[in-house]
Amino acid sequence: MFEFLARVFGRETTASKNVAKERLRLVLVHDRAGVSPQLLETLKNELIKVISNYMDIDEKALEVSLETSEDQVALVASIPVRGMKRIPKELASSI
Amino acid sequence: MSEIIVVTSGKGGVGKTTTTANIGAGLAALGHKVVLVDADIGLRNLDVVLGLENRIVYDITDVTEGHCRLRQALIKDKRYEGLFLLPAAQTKDKTAVNPEQMKKLCGELAAEFEYVIIDCPAGIEQGFRNAIAGAQKAIVVTTPEVAAVRDADRVIGLLEAAELRNPALIINRIRPKMVRHGDMMGIEDIIDILAVDLLGVVPEDELVVISTNRGETVVSDERSRSGQAYRNIVRRIKGEAVPMMNLDDSGFLGRLRRIIGLK
Repeated sequence: MFEFLARVFGRETTASKNVAKERLRLVLVHDRAGVSPQLLETLKNELIKVISNYMDIDEKALEVSLETSEDQVALVASIPVRGMKRIPKELASSI
Repeated sequence: MSEIIVVTSGKGGVGKTTTTANIGAGLAALGHKVVLVDADIGLRNLDVVLGLENRIVYDITDVTEGHCRLRQALIKDKRYEGLFLLPAAQTKDKTAVNPEQMKKLCGELAAEFEYVIIDCPAGIEQGFRNAIAGAQKAIVVTTPEVAAVRDADRVIGLLEAAELRNPALIINRIRPKMVRHGDMMGIEDIIDILAVDLLGVVPEDELVVISTNRGETVVSDERSRSGQAYRNIVRRIKGEAVPMMNLDDSGFLGRLRRIIGLK
Protein backbone atom coordinates (compact mmCIF):
# COMPACT_ATOMS: atom_id res chain seq x y z
CA MET A 1 0.00 0.00 0.00
CA PHE A 2 2.75 2.39 0.97
CA GLU A 3 4.61 1.54 -2.17
CA PHE A 4 1.52 2.24 -4.21
CA LEU A 5 1.07 5.61 -2.56
CA ALA A 6 4.72 6.39 -2.94
CA ARG A 7 4.46 5.65 -6.64
CA VAL A 8 1.35 7.79 -6.99
CA PHE A 9 3.13 10.67 -5.38
CA GLY A 10 6.25 10.08 -7.40
CA ARG A 11 8.57 9.25 -4.51
CA GLU A 12 11.84 7.61 -5.39
CA THR A 13 11.33 4.32 -3.61
CA THR A 14 11.12 2.43 -6.88
CA ALA A 15 13.39 4.72 -8.85
CA SER A 16 15.30 2.71 -11.42
CA LYS A 17 18.22 5.08 -11.00
CA ASN A 18 18.88 3.67 -7.56
CA VAL A 19 18.84 0.16 -8.96
CA ALA A 20 21.33 1.25 -11.62
CA LYS A 21 23.55 2.91 -9.03
CA GLU A 22 23.60 -0.11 -6.77
CA ARG A 23 24.34 -2.51 -9.61
CA LEU A 24 27.10 -0.20 -10.81
CA ARG A 25 28.59 0.03 -7.33
CA LEU A 26 28.79 -3.75 -7.06
CA VAL A 27 30.14 -4.34 -10.51
CA LEU A 28 32.88 -1.79 -9.84
CA VAL A 29 33.84 -3.46 -6.57
CA HIS A 30 34.41 -6.62 -8.61
CA ASP A 31 36.19 -4.81 -11.43
CA ARG A 32 38.46 -2.78 -9.20
CA ALA A 33 39.23 -5.73 -6.92
CA GLY A 34 39.90 -7.99 -9.86
CA VAL A 35 42.70 -5.86 -11.25
CA SER A 36 45.82 -7.35 -9.76
CA PRO A 37 46.84 -10.64 -8.20
CA GLN A 38 49.94 -8.81 -6.91
CA LEU A 39 47.75 -6.74 -4.66
CA LEU A 40 46.36 -9.87 -3.02
CA GLU A 41 49.87 -11.25 -2.65
CA THR A 42 51.06 -8.06 -0.94
CA LEU A 43 48.04 -8.10 1.32
CA LYS A 44 48.75 -11.72 2.20
CA ASN A 45 52.34 -10.97 3.17
CA GLU A 46 51.28 -8.04 5.33
CA LEU A 47 48.68 -10.20 7.03
CA ILE A 48 51.32 -12.84 7.81
CA LYS A 49 53.55 -10.17 9.31
CA VAL A 50 50.87 -8.83 11.61
CA ILE A 51 49.34 -12.13 12.67
CA SER A 52 52.77 -13.65 13.34
CA ASN A 53 53.18 -11.16 16.17
CA TYR A 54 50.40 -12.97 17.99
CA MET A 55 50.23 -16.48 16.65
CA ASP A 56 52.32 -19.17 15.14
CA ILE A 57 50.69 -19.74 11.76
CA ASP A 58 51.20 -22.06 8.84
CA GLU A 59 52.28 -19.59 6.20
CA LYS A 60 52.25 -22.05 3.34
CA ALA A 61 48.65 -23.09 3.94
CA LEU A 62 47.43 -19.53 4.27
CA GLU A 63 44.83 -18.58 1.70
CA VAL A 64 43.45 -15.15 0.93
CA SER A 65 40.77 -14.56 -1.66
CA LEU A 66 37.94 -12.27 -2.64
CA GLU A 67 34.65 -14.10 -2.68
CA THR A 68 31.69 -12.64 -4.44
CA SER A 69 28.11 -13.47 -3.73
CA GLU A 70 25.02 -11.87 -5.20
CA ASP A 71 25.06 -8.68 -3.21
CA GLN A 72 28.48 -8.37 -1.64
CA VAL A 73 32.16 -8.99 -1.95
CA ALA A 74 34.03 -10.49 1.00
CA LEU A 75 37.70 -10.83 1.76
CA VAL A 76 38.07 -14.40 2.97
CA ALA A 77 41.25 -15.52 4.71
CA SER A 78 41.92 -19.07 5.84
CA ILE A 79 44.80 -19.05 8.30
CA PRO A 80 45.75 -22.32 10.00
CA VAL A 81 47.06 -21.60 13.51
CA ARG A 82 49.80 -23.86 14.86
CA GLY A 83 49.91 -22.31 18.28
CA MET A 84 49.61 -19.12 20.27
CA LYS A 85 52.61 -16.98 20.97
CA ARG A 86 53.36 -15.63 24.38
CA ILE A 87 52.24 -12.01 24.24
CA PRO A 88 55.26 -9.73 24.00
CA LYS A 89 55.90 -7.46 26.97
CA GLU A 90 55.28 -4.15 25.21
CA LEU A 91 51.85 -5.40 24.12
CA ALA A 92 51.02 -7.06 27.46
CA SER A 93 51.08 -3.74 29.27
CA SER A 94 48.46 -2.26 27.01
CA ILE A 95 46.04 -5.17 27.20
CA MET B 1 52.25 26.28 -25.75
CA SER B 2 50.01 23.62 -27.22
CA GLU B 3 47.88 20.94 -25.64
CA ILE B 4 47.53 17.34 -26.76
CA ILE B 5 44.23 15.89 -25.57
CA VAL B 6 42.82 12.40 -26.13
CA VAL B 7 39.05 11.83 -26.08
CA THR B 8 38.26 8.33 -24.90
CA SER B 9 35.49 6.26 -23.27
CA GLY B 10 36.03 2.53 -23.31
CA LYS B 11 32.52 1.80 -24.47
CA GLY B 12 31.53 2.52 -28.05
CA GLY B 13 28.61 4.67 -29.07
CA VAL B 14 28.69 7.14 -26.19
CA GLY B 15 29.65 10.08 -28.37
CA LYS B 16 33.44 10.26 -28.51
CA THR B 17 33.58 11.28 -32.14
CA THR B 18 30.76 13.83 -31.82
CA THR B 19 32.48 15.26 -28.74
CA THR B 20 35.85 15.47 -30.51
CA ALA B 21 34.29 17.22 -33.50
CA ASN B 22 32.39 19.73 -31.39
CA ILE B 23 35.32 20.57 -29.14
CA GLY B 24 37.51 21.04 -32.20
CA ALA B 25 34.99 23.22 -34.00
CA GLY B 26 34.29 25.18 -30.83
CA LEU B 27 37.97 25.94 -30.26
CA ALA B 28 38.43 26.87 -33.90
CA ALA B 29 35.39 29.18 -33.72
CA LEU B 30 37.20 31.08 -30.97
CA GLY B 31 40.12 31.57 -33.30
CA HIS B 32 42.42 28.74 -32.22
CA LYS B 33 44.44 26.58 -34.53
CA VAL B 34 43.22 23.03 -34.00
CA VAL B 35 43.94 19.62 -35.51
CA LEU B 36 41.68 16.63 -34.92
CA VAL B 37 43.35 13.24 -35.23
CA ASP B 38 41.16 10.22 -35.99
CA ALA B 39 42.95 7.34 -34.27
CA ASP B 40 40.18 4.85 -34.99
CA ILE B 41 42.04 3.05 -37.76
CA GLY B 42 39.83 0.72 -39.80
CA LEU B 43 36.63 2.39 -38.59
CA ARG B 44 37.10 6.03 -39.46
CA ASN B 45 34.17 8.27 -38.68
CA LEU B 46 35.42 11.69 -37.72
CA ASP B 47 35.55 12.62 -41.42
CA VAL B 48 31.82 12.04 -41.93
CA VAL B 49 30.87 13.74 -38.68
CA LEU B 50 32.75 16.83 -39.90
CA GLY B 51 31.42 16.50 -43.45
CA LEU B 52 34.93 16.11 -44.88
CA GLU B 53 34.64 12.55 -46.19
CA ASN B 54 34.94 13.50 -49.85
CA ARG B 55 38.20 15.33 -49.47
CA ILE B 56 40.47 12.62 -48.10
CA VAL B 57 43.54 11.87 -50.16
CA TYR B 58 46.10 10.67 -47.66
CA ASP B 59 45.58 9.30 -44.16
CA ILE B 60 47.44 8.82 -40.89
CA THR B 61 49.25 5.66 -41.97
CA ASP B 62 50.45 7.36 -45.15
CA VAL B 63 52.16 9.84 -42.86
CA THR B 64 53.64 7.32 -40.43
CA GLU B 65 54.85 5.12 -43.29
CA GLY B 66 56.36 8.07 -45.09
CA HIS B 67 54.17 7.97 -48.23
CA CYS B 68 53.39 11.65 -47.87
CA ARG B 69 54.30 14.68 -45.80
CA LEU B 70 52.20 15.53 -42.77
CA ARG B 71 50.98 18.75 -44.41
CA GLN B 72 49.60 16.83 -47.39
CA ALA B 73 47.44 14.57 -45.24
CA LEU B 74 45.80 17.39 -43.29
CA ILE B 75 42.34 18.39 -44.50
CA LYS B 76 41.24 21.95 -43.92
CA ASP B 77 37.69 22.43 -42.72
CA LYS B 78 35.31 24.43 -44.90
CA ARG B 79 33.52 26.33 -42.16
CA TYR B 80 36.15 26.96 -39.52
CA GLU B 81 39.34 28.76 -40.27
CA GLY B 82 42.06 27.02 -38.31
CA LEU B 83 40.38 23.60 -38.04
CA PHE B 84 42.15 20.63 -39.61
CA LEU B 85 41.58 16.88 -39.72
CA LEU B 86 44.11 14.08 -39.94
CA PRO B 87 41.94 11.16 -41.07
CA ALA B 88 42.34 7.55 -40.03
CA ALA B 89 43.11 4.83 -42.55
CA GLN B 90 40.04 2.82 -43.48
CA THR B 91 41.56 -0.25 -45.13
CA LYS B 92 44.12 -1.12 -42.48
CA ASP B 93 43.85 -2.33 -38.90
CA LYS B 94 44.94 -0.93 -35.54
CA THR B 95 48.40 -2.48 -35.77
CA ALA B 96 49.23 -0.23 -38.76
CA VAL B 97 50.41 2.42 -36.28
CA ASN B 98 52.39 1.93 -33.08
CA PRO B 99 52.65 4.07 -29.93
CA GLU B 100 56.12 5.36 -30.86
CA GLN B 101 54.88 6.63 -34.21
CA MET B 102 51.89 8.27 -32.52
CA LYS B 103 54.17 10.06 -30.04
CA LYS B 104 56.30 11.39 -32.84
CA LEU B 105 53.25 12.45 -34.85
CA CYS B 106 51.69 14.25 -31.89
CA GLY B 107 54.94 16.10 -31.29
CA GLU B 108 55.06 17.28 -34.90
CA LEU B 109 51.42 18.40 -34.80
CA ALA B 110 51.91 20.21 -31.50
CA ALA B 111 54.62 22.30 -33.16
CA GLU B 112 52.04 23.64 -35.65
CA PHE B 113 48.77 23.68 -33.72
CA GLU B 114 47.55 25.07 -30.39
CA TYR B 115 45.30 22.08 -29.79
CA VAL B 116 45.83 18.50 -30.93
CA ILE B 117 42.70 16.49 -30.17
CA ILE B 118 42.77 12.74 -30.65
CA ASP B 119 39.61 10.70 -31.21
CA CYS B 120 40.30 7.36 -29.55
CA PRO B 121 38.69 4.11 -30.75
CA ALA B 122 36.39 2.15 -28.43
CA GLY B 123 38.00 -0.65 -26.47
CA ILE B 124 41.18 -0.87 -24.45
CA GLU B 125 43.47 -2.72 -26.85
CA GLN B 126 46.15 -1.61 -29.28
CA GLY B 127 44.03 1.18 -30.78
CA PHE B 128 43.55 2.68 -27.33
CA ARG B 129 47.26 2.32 -26.51
CA ASN B 130 48.13 4.12 -29.73
CA ALA B 131 45.65 6.91 -29.19
CA ILE B 132 46.82 7.75 -25.68
CA ALA B 133 50.55 7.33 -26.36
CA GLY B 134 51.20 10.93 -27.37
CA ALA B 135 48.57 12.65 -25.22
CA GLN B 136 49.20 14.96 -22.26
CA LYS B 137 45.61 15.14 -21.08
CA ALA B 138 42.58 12.90 -21.32
CA ILE B 139 38.85 13.50 -21.58
CA VAL B 140 36.60 10.57 -20.74
CA VAL B 141 33.11 10.55 -22.26
CA THR B 142 30.32 8.55 -20.69
CA THR B 143 26.53 8.34 -20.73
CA PRO B 144 24.33 7.83 -17.65
CA GLU B 145 24.16 4.06 -18.10
CA VAL B 146 25.64 1.25 -16.03
CA ALA B 147 27.66 -0.21 -18.90
CA ALA B 148 29.10 3.12 -20.02
CA VAL B 149 30.07 4.26 -16.52
CA ARG B 150 31.61 0.87 -15.78
CA ASP B 151 33.77 1.09 -18.90
CA ALA B 152 34.66 4.69 -18.07
CA ASP B 153 35.92 3.52 -14.67
CA ARG B 154 38.11 0.91 -16.33
CA VAL B 155 39.49 3.43 -18.80
CA ILE B 156 40.23 5.95 -16.02
CA GLY B 157 42.26 3.22 -14.28
CA LEU B 158 44.19 2.47 -17.46
CA LEU B 159 44.81 6.16 -18.16
CA GLU B 160 46.21 6.67 -14.69
CA ALA B 161 48.40 3.61 -15.08
CA ALA B 162 49.71 5.24 -18.27
CA GLU B 163 50.55 8.44 -16.33
CA LEU B 164 47.59 10.38 -17.73
CA ARG B 165 46.39 11.56 -14.37
CA ASN B 166 43.21 13.45 -13.51
CA PRO B 167 41.20 12.77 -16.64
CA ALA B 168 38.20 15.10 -17.05
CA LEU B 169 34.73 13.67 -17.47
CA ILE B 170 32.00 14.59 -19.93
CA ILE B 171 28.57 13.15 -19.23
CA ASN B 172 26.81 12.91 -22.55
CA ARG B 173 23.16 12.45 -23.50
CA ILE B 174 21.71 13.14 -20.11
CA ARG B 175 17.93 13.54 -19.96
CA PRO B 176 17.08 16.04 -17.23
CA LYS B 177 13.45 14.94 -17.06
CA MET B 178 14.36 11.31 -16.46
CA VAL B 179 16.93 12.33 -13.86
CA ARG B 180 14.28 14.39 -12.10
CA HIS B 181 11.95 11.40 -12.04
CA GLY B 182 14.67 9.19 -10.62
CA ASP B 183 14.89 7.08 -13.74
CA MET B 184 18.36 8.08 -14.85
CA MET B 185 21.57 8.51 -12.91
CA GLY B 186 22.34 12.18 -12.42
CA ILE B 187 25.58 14.16 -12.42
CA GLU B 188 26.28 13.67 -8.70
CA ASP B 189 25.60 9.94 -8.90
CA ILE B 190 28.18 9.47 -11.62
CA ILE B 191 30.80 11.82 -10.16
CA ASP B 192 30.37 10.07 -6.80
CA ILE B 193 31.17 6.73 -8.33
CA LEU B 194 34.00 7.72 -10.67
CA ALA B 195 35.64 10.33 -8.43
CA VAL B 196 36.99 12.50 -11.26
CA ASP B 197 36.63 16.15 -12.24
CA LEU B 198 33.62 17.09 -14.32
CA LEU B 199 34.37 18.94 -17.55
CA GLY B 200 30.79 19.20 -18.74
CA VAL B 201 27.35 17.73 -19.16
CA VAL B 202 25.67 17.51 -22.56
CA PRO B 203 21.91 17.01 -22.66
CA GLU B 204 20.30 14.61 -25.11
CA ASP B 205 19.42 16.71 -28.13
CA GLU B 206 17.80 15.88 -31.47
CA LEU B 207 19.75 18.74 -33.03
CA VAL B 208 22.91 16.64 -32.66
CA VAL B 209 21.38 13.97 -34.91
CA ILE B 210 20.18 16.58 -37.39
CA SER B 211 23.49 18.43 -37.60
CA THR B 212 25.44 15.16 -37.83
CA ASN B 213 23.19 14.09 -40.73
CA ARG B 214 24.38 17.19 -42.54
CA GLY B 215 28.02 16.77 -41.60
CA GLU B 216 27.90 19.82 -39.35
CA THR B 217 28.68 20.39 -35.68
CA VAL B 218 26.04 21.51 -33.21
CA VAL B 219 28.48 23.71 -31.26
CA SER B 220 27.81 26.69 -33.53
CA ASP B 221 24.01 26.39 -33.20
CA GLU B 222 23.07 29.25 -30.91
CA ARG B 223 19.63 27.88 -30.04
CA SER B 224 20.81 24.37 -29.22
CA ARG B 225 21.13 23.22 -25.60
CA SER B 226 23.81 20.70 -26.51
CA GLY B 227 25.59 23.38 -28.52
CA GLN B 228 25.60 25.61 -25.44
CA ALA B 229 26.96 22.69 -23.39
CA TYR B 230 29.79 22.18 -25.89
CA ARG B 231 30.57 25.90 -25.96
CA ASN B 232 30.87 25.80 -22.18
CA ILE B 233 33.14 22.76 -22.36
CA VAL B 234 35.37 24.54 -24.87
CA ARG B 235 35.72 27.54 -22.57
CA ARG B 236 36.59 25.26 -19.64
CA ILE B 237 39.27 23.58 -21.75
CA LYS B 238 40.69 27.07 -22.29
CA GLY B 239 40.87 27.43 -18.53
CA GLU B 240 37.84 29.64 -17.90
CA ALA B 241 35.62 28.93 -14.91
CA VAL B 242 32.20 28.44 -16.44
CA PRO B 243 29.35 27.36 -14.17
CA MET B 244 27.45 24.21 -15.13
CA MET B 245 24.34 25.15 -17.02
CA ASN B 246 20.95 24.51 -15.49
CA LEU B 247 19.64 21.52 -17.41
CA ASP B 248 16.33 21.34 -15.68
CA ASP B 249 14.27 23.82 -17.64
CA SER B 250 11.47 21.68 -18.92
CA GLY B 251 8.97 23.21 -16.49
CA PHE B 252 6.84 26.24 -17.22
CA LEU B 253 9.41 28.76 -16.00
CA GLY B 254 12.15 27.04 -17.95
CA ARG B 255 10.14 27.15 -21.13
CA LEU B 256 9.35 30.79 -20.53
CA ARG B 257 13.00 31.53 -19.90
CA ARG B 258 13.92 29.83 -23.16
CA ILE B 259 11.26 31.66 -25.13
CA ILE B 260 12.49 35.03 -23.95
CA GLY B 261 16.03 33.93 -24.63
CA LEU B 262 17.54 33.66 -21.16
CA LYS B 263 19.79 30.65 -20.74
